[in-house]
Amino acid sequence: MKRFLGFVKKEFLHIFRDYRTLFILFGIPAAQILIFGYAVSMDIKNAGVAILDLSHDEITQKLTDKIISSGFFKRTENLLHYNDIDNVFKKGKTKAVIIFEEGFGKRLYSEGKASLSIIADGSEPNVATLVTNYTIAIVNDFTMELAVPALNNSIRIQPEVKMFYNPNLKSHFMFVPGVITLILILICALMTSVTITREKEFGTMEVLLVSPLRPIQIILGKVIPYFILSFINVLLILALSWFVFGLPVKGSIILLLAECMLYILMSLTLGILISTVSKNMQQAIFISLIGLMLPTILLSGFIFPIENMPKVYDYVSMILPPRYFIVIIKNIMIKGTGLIYIWKETLILIVMTLFFIGLSVRKFKIRLE
Amino acid sequence: MQNVIESSGISKNFGTTKALNDISFSVNESEVFGFIGPDGAGKTTLFRIITTLMLPDEGEIKVLGMNCTTDYKELRKNIGYMPGRFSLYQDLTVEENLNFYATVFGTTVEENYELISDIYSHIEPFKKRLAGKLSGGMKQKLALSCALIHKPKLLVLDEPTTGVDAVSRSEFWDMLGKLRQHNITIIVSTPYMDEAMRCDKVALIQDGKILAIDAPQKIRDGFSRKLFTVKSVEKYKLINTLRKYPMTLTAYPFGDSVHVTFINDMVDNSLFDYLIKEGISDVVVQETKAGIEDRFLELMNKTE
Amino acid sequence: MKIQVITVKNLVKKFGSFVANDNLNFEVFGGEIFGFLGANGAGKTTTIRILSGLSKPTSGEVKVAGFDAYRQTEQIKKNIGYMCQKFSLYEDLTVKENIILYGGIYGLTKSLIKERIAELLAKLRFQEYENRIIADLPLGLRQKLAFSVAVLHEPKIVFLDEPTGGVDPITRRQFWEMIYETAARGITLFVTTHYMDEAEYCDRISIMSEGKIVALDTPENLKKQYNTATIEEVFIKIARPGSLHPHPPVPFSQERRG
Repeated sequence: MKRFLGFVKKEFLHIFRDYRTLFILFGIPAAQILIFGYAVSMDIKNAGVAILDLSHDEITQKLTDKIISSGFFKRTENLLHYNDIDNVFKKGKTKAVIIFEEGFGKRLYSEGKASLSIIADGSEPNVATLVTNYTIAIVNDFTMELAVPALNNSIRIQPEVKMFYNPNLKSHFMFVPGVITLILILICALMTSVTITREKEFGTMEVLLVSPLRPIQIILGKVIPYFILSFINVLLILALSWFVFGLPVKGSIILLLAECMLYILMSLTLGILISTVSKNMQQAIFISLIGLMLPTILLSGFIFPIENMPKVYDYVSMILPPRYFIVIIKNIMIKGTGLIYIWKETLILIVMTLFFIGLSVRKFKIRLE
Repeated sequence: MQNVIESSGISKNFGTTKALNDISFSVNESEVFGFIGPDGAGKTTLFRIITTLMLPDEGEIKVLGMNCTTDYKELRKNIGYMPGRFSLYQDLTVEENLNFYATVFGTTVEENYELISDIYSHIEPFKKRLAGKLSGGMKQKLALSCALIHKPKLLVLDEPTTGVDAVSRSEFWDMLGKLRQHNITIIVSTPYMDEAMRCDKVALIQDGKILAIDAPQKIRDGFSRKLFTVKSVEKYKLINTLRKYPMTLTAYPFGDSVHVTFINDMVDNSLFDYLIKEGISDVVVQETKAGIEDRFLELMNKTE
Repeated sequence: MKIQVITVKNLVKKFGSFVANDNLNFEVFGGEIFGFLGANGAGKTTTIRILSGLSKPTSGEVKVAGFDAYRQTEQIKKNIGYMCQKFSLYEDLTVKENIILYGGIYGLTKSLIKERIAELLAKLRFQEYENRIIADLPLGLRQKLAFSVAVLHEPKIVFLDEPTGGVDPITRRQFWEMIYETAARGITLFVTTHYMDEAEYCDRISIMSEGKIVALDTPENLKKQYNTATIEEVFIKIARPGSLHPHPPVPFSQERRG
């Protein structure tokens, strides 16, 4: 045990003596969260909207005024035909077109519902999301006001949202969970894979091997310090997204932390596995960065929804741990669901972790090649 | 007396290259045993087999009476190993390195301080310095201290003197000599022939084969011919001219002179006449005693 | 009449308050094999950087191949070659590719490079290796090729860093013969090494300690002067920091070759 603690102490010394490592460990995640978070939480002010009013009645007039006077939007143009929509987007100043269907006011009074379409410029996903969300909020507000004098609670305006260029835009809340997922696996796998290959490269591994330290002690000795630091990192990231962006944790925070620990552990053991197959630090960095970053960004559902991918990619993404963690973290943070809805993903991560540990202990060479 | 290392017929291949070919030797207790040979001769591979880091393809090896393949766990506790590149943590201080290796081997610096005091005292004034900031000589002393800290029965030093200046090297060999009194057996490798004389016994190794094993004195005495040094200002011309002389067997540059052997093992006036005829008049010829390197050359020529 | 290819007068190089080179004075002549020795940290590397145009002196006069080390560093670089034991050739390129590469770097014409390749391969009996990658060559051959490449552009001076460290005795001799042959063509060889037996092959050697040159003469004269059998013993007597004024002779009972 004393041997093991001595080893852990040495690892901490390495970490604290290397400012660059500390910077990567804490600085980069914070910076990424801030960058991504800022990008998605931009306030909109005076975003250009064009109005296509096919009804021209009192109600549409009032609703248009309410939207324009909210301060979030400014009217760029009044359109006359559907055909103008294409052009108005091409000009670039208009972020969304609001369309009132023909006989909007009449139907609202006679049938109790009318529909309104919002077409947003999907080439700027974040702005598009915000514009539509704000518009919907204003419309909902408007319905409430209308409902009282009409004494008819069934009045509804159905906003129908379409994206002009990027029809599959998803909620912006996915970004922060996605970034957390990406950062944790990158940092953890990178750190541990580099720390072991460094010992190989400097020849210190030879001496460690010719010592009474057992492989599992060396592996755990490498994992534990980074586990502790990464967990602090998780707390930091969650605090940042809470205080700076107001990202909620709707579900159990304990469950969230427990899942994060599992995910960190999985990533660290993956890093160990990477180190057992790489000859030097360069390779380890390359495998960790390129081998993990691109698949995580592209295939884990972080940016592109898995359901829209060709089946092949869907199958490929099944071996990616981030795919499952994104589901877990989004469920807990945004939907507020409990373990019953994410036990499958959790179980998969546990199995992966055990698999990686088993494999790295097996692959960890007690001798040199 | 028990043999610390007993090796018979060890071979090791990497792909198609034979790194070690039928290596047999034995090392006695408290001996300083040197493996002398150029880079690529197989010294490091052999040392990795001795330290249980590699398994031989063929042959048997017993270290400290234990089997390298099956008893490696027990064996590793009793070996102090200093690999070719000094295995120090560059970002830890001198003191931290030493403490780390002590704990890993389940001991403390205080417990075995007496063993390393001679060596460590040289670097103790710098104990707060990062190992990466030490000079070559100091790194070498720290690495040796780290390898000794658990009082190993066998000390394995792979090229400890490479890249270190002559002063530090000389001190290093003095230290190894002193370790003998602690009953520590030392095997050491070096590409530098002149270091052979500092060992009790040496094995000359080349291309994975042992050319000779004996006390260094006896290896020198094994030189089969009379050896002469020939000196002239124009060395290059001298070598070429000597090679053309019919009675010359071998002529090799050796420092500031040329080491020559003759078919008839003697120098007579015909040599001087020949050299003068070729335009070299300032020669000085002396008989000399062969060194390890002369013997190594002779053995290499024999095997080729 | 000997031509001075390196002239160093009152050379001082300081890093902050640290004096790395403290008033050095020496000359090296055309076709000479000059050994430049010193303990770790004695200041050799600093001097070599200055001599090869990589660093400027703090004060003093330095001329290399007739060019000034303050202003004409580019010309200096064109007129020197460099070879060290650890790195010189690209291991994943073939023999031929390496030669073409270095020929190109030093601005040799294509036809000249072609000619040199043929010459070199014939001289080293290397033809069969022409299209092999360096990593597959035996160590000794690699070393010899590295040297040939360093003198490919016929420089005035070649800097050699531990050129024969770790090489087998036969290759080593072949290597020194190549060096002698090069020196006979008038190229100067500036050898740095930790290994005193390498120093014995040099025409003249200088020994540096704590930024100063403490000895400079032929190996033979130095051995006579300090009454020792080898240069190693001379070195140990004078190169130890703080031993500028010789101590009483250190007993050195070990027998040496010679």
